[in-house]
Amino acid sequence: MGHRMKRYSAFAVAREAARFHTGWERAWKSPEPRKTYDVIIVGAGGHGLATAYYLGRNFGITNVAILEKGWLGGGNTGRNTTIIRSNYLQDPSAAIYEKARSLYEDLSQDLNYNVMFSPRGVMMLAQTEHEVRGYLRTAHANALQGVETRFIQPDEVKKLVPIINIDGPRYPVLGALWQPRGGTARHDAVAWGYARACSDMGMDVIQKCEVTGVRQEGGKVTGVETSRGAIGCNKLGIVVAGHSGVLAEMAGFRLPIESVALQALVSEPVKPCMDVVVMANTVHGYMSQSDKGEMVIGGGADGFNNYTQRGSFHHIEETVRALIETFPMISRLKMLRQWGGIVDMTGDRSPILSKTPLENCFINCGWGTGGFKSIPGSGWGFAELMARGHSSLCEDFSMFRFREGKFIDESVAAGVAH
Amino acid sequence: MLILECPCCGVLADETELAPGGEAHLKRFGPGASDDEFEGYLFMRENPRGVHFERWRHVNGCGKWFHAARDTSTLEVFGTYPAQTTEPPRDIRDRISARRPGWTWREFA
Repeated sequence: MGHRMKRYSAFAVAREAARFHTGWERAWKSPEPRKTYDVIIVGAGGHGLATAYYLGRNFGITNVAILEKGWLGGGNTGRNTTIIRSNYLQDPSAAIYEKARSLYEDLSQDLNYNVMFSPRGVMMLAQTEHEVRGYLRTAHANALQGVETRFIQPDEVKKLVPIINIDGPRYPVLGALWQPRGGTARHDAVAWGYARACSDMGMDVIQKCEVTGVRQEGGKVTGVETSRGAIGCNKLGIVVAGHSGVLAEMAGFRLPIESVALQALVSEPVKPCMDVVVMANTVHGYMSQSDKGEMVIGGGADGFNNYTQRGSFHHIEETVRALIETFPMISRLKMLRQWGGIVDMTGDRSPILSKTPLENCFINCGWGTGGFKSIPGSGWGFAELMARGHSSLCEDFSMFRFREGKFIDESVAAGVAH
Repeated sequence: MLILECPCCGVLADETELAPGGEAHLKRFGPGASDDEFEGYLFMRENPRGVHFERWRHVNGCGKWFHAARDTSTLEVFGTYPAQTTEPPRDIRDRISARRPGWTWREFA
């Protein structure tokens, strides 16, 4: 295991400043893969790293490798709009997303790594009568679930977000579902913080190591083939988001998942003008302002299967066009960057955290367009499922729920901007 | 921008003119089917990284459904063909084989 990493602190900054910053260590090691591990996690994104972290922290399982074909957090973890909220309608969703949101609150202290969690509040605009009724229902459901949200009136919306145009001709703002304890975090830092903590516990985070096959014997998983040789394991966790179908095929089962491209974009930086996250689900757009001043805008997903990490231009056009009515001041903003990520969509728009037909092989996928907010909760529950074979947070998210018709239907509740 | 030729009206349509309709050539199951068959038909999808057959509708055009063969990892289009078939026609499969040697038409459950 070697020596533990030095903690980050105000004192460490002063100490390193005094010696011209020559003493900082690498945040995580890059070890060669060993022959075998107790647990292999495929995918070093937020969910995979969080799973490994809680396996070590909560269950003392540290003989773990996290394999990543690209680089740490280079997939959807680094491609989202960093929104954190838990205002879901269904009880199982509210439980896991609220667990995640509450873990985010002290994640920086827990990991000794600043993830810049900013509980600035998340507002979901109601711009049609149907949405008003839908969000009133969600607010009541959240009250029963112990998730703090409330429905606010247009004047309060305007007070919280002065740049909003509440009486647009086509989509006036009729109210909003307000979650004051939602917010944003620095997405890369979440992956980096978990990776550093995993590495510190003696786990091997192995980048540029692509899994090319799953080894099995008598219906049980025994290891994986990778671009850096075969590696054995007792338990395998597949946490690869958009590429879940590819890994499932290697493991010999199918998933109720389709992969599509979801896009986001940021504007040029401007002075602070909006200090909450606003989601406008009727018009398929959501927006927040980053610490750098950029307006971060997320849009809708393409409707066809796609693995290219780039989406269709007309979706950006639709998103921006719709947002301009609600935020007239952004009409002159230049857009700086645009990117896409491959999201794994299930039929009911709820995730899968599940055992699989292959024994000792577990899968965590299907987070679709809402993965970032759930990283700590997903890792917490999935680690418990992998360690104990059962987790109350995960039990409703089995991949076999479709067969039984036990959907956790958030597709109607959350609409597109999930 | 994705451009597909509608085999019904012959128009080269870009994707704003089209509506995606999901995986093509699903074997349909109804009353009397087993739970496995019904689950497979309703929910399980091939979702390949590579050659994919899918349904499209020329919604802002002639309104007809058709099929397309496409690569989901490169966005290359191998061709489109009418919807009145249960498997891709020979010429489309040949074109895919020329571009993706070793590719095989998969067996459906």
